[in-house]
Amino acid sequence: MSTVSIVRTDGDGGAGADATHRKLQRLRALLWKEARQVVRDPSSIAIGVILPLILILLFGFGLSLDVKDVPIAVVIEQPSSEASALAASFQLSSYFHPQLLHALVPAEQRLMSGRVDGIVVIPNDFSARLGSGDARLQLVLRGSDANSARIIEGYVEGAVATWSGQLAEAGQTRIQNGTAGPVQLQTRLWFNEADDSRYFLVPGLVVLVMTLIGALLTSMVMAREWERGTLEALLVTPVRSGEILLGKTVPYFLLALMGFVLCALSAEFLFHVPLRGSLWVLFGASMLYTLVALGIGLLISSAVKSQLVASQLTMLATFMPAFMLSGFLFDLRSMPAAVRLVTYVLPARYYVALLQSVFLAGDVWSVIIPDALVLALMAAVLALASRAVMRKTLV
Amino acid sequence: MNPATKAAPALMAQGLYKRFVRKDQPPVTALDGVSLTIYHGELTALVGPDGAGKTTLLRLAAGLLPRDGGALEVLGIDVARDPQAVQDRISYMPQRFGLYEDLSVAENLDLYADLHGVTAAERAQRYPVLFEMTALGPFQRRLAGRLSGGMKQKLGLACTLVRQPELLLLDEPTAGVDPLSRRELREIMLHLVRDQGLTVFLCTSYLDEAERCSRAIILHQGTVLSQGPPQEIAQLAAERCYLLTPRAGESARGLQAQLLDHPHIVDAVPDGGRVRIVRTEPAAIGVAADEPNDPMRSHELQAVRPRFEDGFMVLLQRVARREQAAPITVTHPVRPDAQGGAAVRVEQLVKRFGAFVAVDHISFEVQRGEIFGLLGPNGAGKTTTFRMLCGLLTPSGGQLRVAGADVRTAPASARARLGYVAQRFSLYGPLTVVENLEFFAGAYGLRGEHKRARIHWALEQFDLGARAQATSAELPGGYKQRLAMAAALLHEPEILFLDEPTSGADALARRAFWRRISALADQGVTVIVTTHFMQEAEYCDHIAIMDAGQVLARGSPGEIRALAGSDSTPEPTMEDAFIAVVEQARRGLGRDGREVAA
Repeated sequence: MSTVSIVRTDGDGGAGADATHRKLQRLRALLWKEARQVVRDPSSIAIGVILPLILILLFGFGLSLDVKDVPIAVVIEQPSSEASALAASFQLSSYFHPQLLHALVPAEQRLMSGRVDGIVVIPNDFSARLGSGDARLQLVLRGSDANSARIIEGYVEGAVATWSGQLAEAGQTRIQNGTAGPVQLQTRLWFNEADDSRYFLVPGLVVLVMTLIGALLTSMVMAREWERGTLEALLVTPVRSGEILLGKTVPYFLLALMGFVLCALSAEFLFHVPLRGSLWVLFGASMLYTLVALGIGLLISSAVKSQLVASQLTMLATFMPAFMLSGFLFDLRSMPAAVRLVTYVLPARYYVALLQSVFLAGDVWSVIIPDALVLALMAAVLALASRAVMRKTLV
Repeated sequence: MNPATKAAPALMAQGLYKRFVRKDQPPVTALDGVSLTIYHGELTALVGPDGAGKTTLLRLAAGLLPRDGGALEVLGIDVARDPQAVQDRISYMPQRFGLYEDLSVAENLDLYADLHGVTAAERAQRYPVLFEMTALGPFQRRLAGRLSGGMKQKLGLACTLVRQPELLLLDEPTAGVDPLSRRELREIMLHLVRDQGLTVFLCTSYLDEAERCSRAIILHQGTVLSQGPPQEIAQLAAERCYLLTPRAGESARGLQAQLLDHPHIVDAVPDGGRVRIVRTEPAAIGVAADEPNDPMRSHELQAVRPRFEDGFMVLLQRVARREQAAPITVTHPVRPDAQGGAAVRVEQLVKRFGAFVAVDHISFEVQRGEIFGLLGPNGAGKTTTFRMLCGLLTPSGGQLRVAGADVRTAPASARARLGYVAQRFSLYGPLTVVENLEFFAGAYGLRGEHKRARIHWALEQFDLGARAQATSAELPGGYKQRLAMAAALLHEPEILFLDEPTSGADALARRAFWRRISALADQGVTVIVTTHFMQEAEYCDHIAIMDAGQVLARGSPGEIRALAGSDSTPEPTMEDAFIAVVEQARRGLGRDGREVAA
């Protein structure tokens, strides 16, 4: 057996350039190691690529706030040509799936048993009153789901207004309904012309996906090193804690960006959400947010050191708030002041605002610049905090 | 050797103090004023019972934990002030050796070489040596996770040697490794120290390993009991060590059990068919003149040279409360003739996992009331055999009768008559000792008064009463093992299976464990056990050595030992015999023995 020459590798041995070279060598080794583990460990790929796909399809197609084909009962107490014309306009509308009845009692039964969501009563004096310009309709709605009830109310008013508008144009008498009076209200929905809830849901969905994969990826991989005991060996080498953190961040940053590209592509081509701002702003904001999410994951897993606890904590600390408090689903302005204050520390809030403006409004710099600055600040704070927590000790 | 560091010792601790503060519990003092010195170019062993503070000391030296008092210098550097400077120059292998299981052998080495800044030229020179030394050359592309236990340990060691460290810290490098791999690891370490001037500081629970080191440090409850050359420590037992030969018809184990309670005996272990004892006093002092039945009078005594282990036991005797493990009393002794026939009969047993034959047509018999040892290297098929005997795995072929029942047709009734202690601690960590016992008693169908009586019996017999309300997760290692055994004995099984029950346990805990096993066997319980400690095979009535799914040798410990007898080793130890049997079989099959790990 040949003898081995003694190789001295203490850090203070070489010149500055040599030290930098060693640093790069260590970093490269950590990056390669991590990349190989990602490729060989199906769970990282699952979180980075499969999970976003499932979430996009599930939420994108499954989650919609639009109400279509509402089952309603249309009660015609006394048949007349006007009543039939009005009922027909409900039947023609894509929003309703009306059932024509001739008495209120069966309609009420259907409302109670949940087979219809509302009742439109065309009273027996409808035609007579229409002539005198004082026609009335009764709308009964199930108020237990107030949100849907309001939407259906709007639809019914719209349908009646359309019908009476047609009547007015035809030179006939008009219903006393307010909208079809001398003042005509022309509604325009900006940023979401089609009034399609996907327009604002899909950008929010991108936020959810990026939150989940960004934070989950790093929190799992760091805790895994603690659990398997590999970190204990790694710590007793010339490697510096900053290098370990960087070695964890870069590969998963790239993986999370792959997830983002999947999201952006599906937003554009699957859900046809318009991109009105510029692509580079979209990418820039997403990269910033990815850094924030990775930072949260690193911080959590450096602190708890167990994969199970880390993943649960990540869900609680990032996913749930991003879902409930980011403005993705619920309007922040309608929240109590105390809850609204909490939302200001949530990175997801800023990313939702950024994405909604880039996708639907365009490059609105008054939104983009302050929100991007906040995200950048958060990323920096998280990096420093991870650095502080990730000391090279076991305690 | 670097001349700059030659002057200072490799490691020097002065009054080192470390304690751990836990939530809602009194703090634990792990190191209580430890002073020790490790010199360059030496192989120093750190030994001591479980919880002595060995791992804490190594972690402090590696700069992984802050100390709470005293001084600790490694390579002349104050570790607390500049841990990174120390970490740049030493290498450390933790107990779980820090391999990346999804990286290959070569990739693991490359990673550590890069982290240590080893150049390509140095690698070209160093790698072939490492591969030759560890015999991992043919497996460079295999994933570390798919290596056998012994090979993983060797790879872990190789990763610490990608460059010559100025100090190498190894935490239990041979724990859970079979005797063959242990011998290989030991030879690598001795070679490195002798031929390359490496400085190694390792902690181990194998006292025979410490004996081969240049210096040994004995740690007990956070304090150093002794440090010096192992021969010096062995001399503490000078003129106190004897071999007693059992009389005709008397078993070595029976004699040993008798001697353990002798007031003037520190330690007694079965050894090559005889009993090796260490007396409390040198020479014949303390042998009761008026006691003709005193075994030290009635048996032939042959003075022997003290070993390191004897000195270690003498030292511990001075400080430690002597483990007065009352030999266990079974409530209903199993009458040897209760059923007649063997307790376990295995004929041509086969287990296949896909194309891999884990157990390959093995046959053996275990008589009632005997201790049967199943020995073999890692991956020999011992655990698979155990699981089939307990009805946890379905055999692929062959006959298997346990307690008179065919396990395949009547697993439930057969299982009620056997107890099983798995290799890994399989009790519920968050439950207390009593809650665990209650759960297992319920699982075995015990009720009411009988259940209470059995739990009371378990707490008393296994000396668990004082810790009855402690959660089992916070029990010290030795207590955990006792609790696991108590749970397995609640339903008074006729046959007890123990899979590596003493792995990772210290010498004292192992002694107490074997006392209980001996007592159980004397009362008719059949015990089947696997172990990596070859000395422990001496407690068995019969043993079988397995490798690659086959039984290579069967017989009494004496018969097995005789297999390795030759002119060069007239009195082979069990370890010699084990290695000889396995190596001979592997050569005979004409294959590289290391391939077994595949």
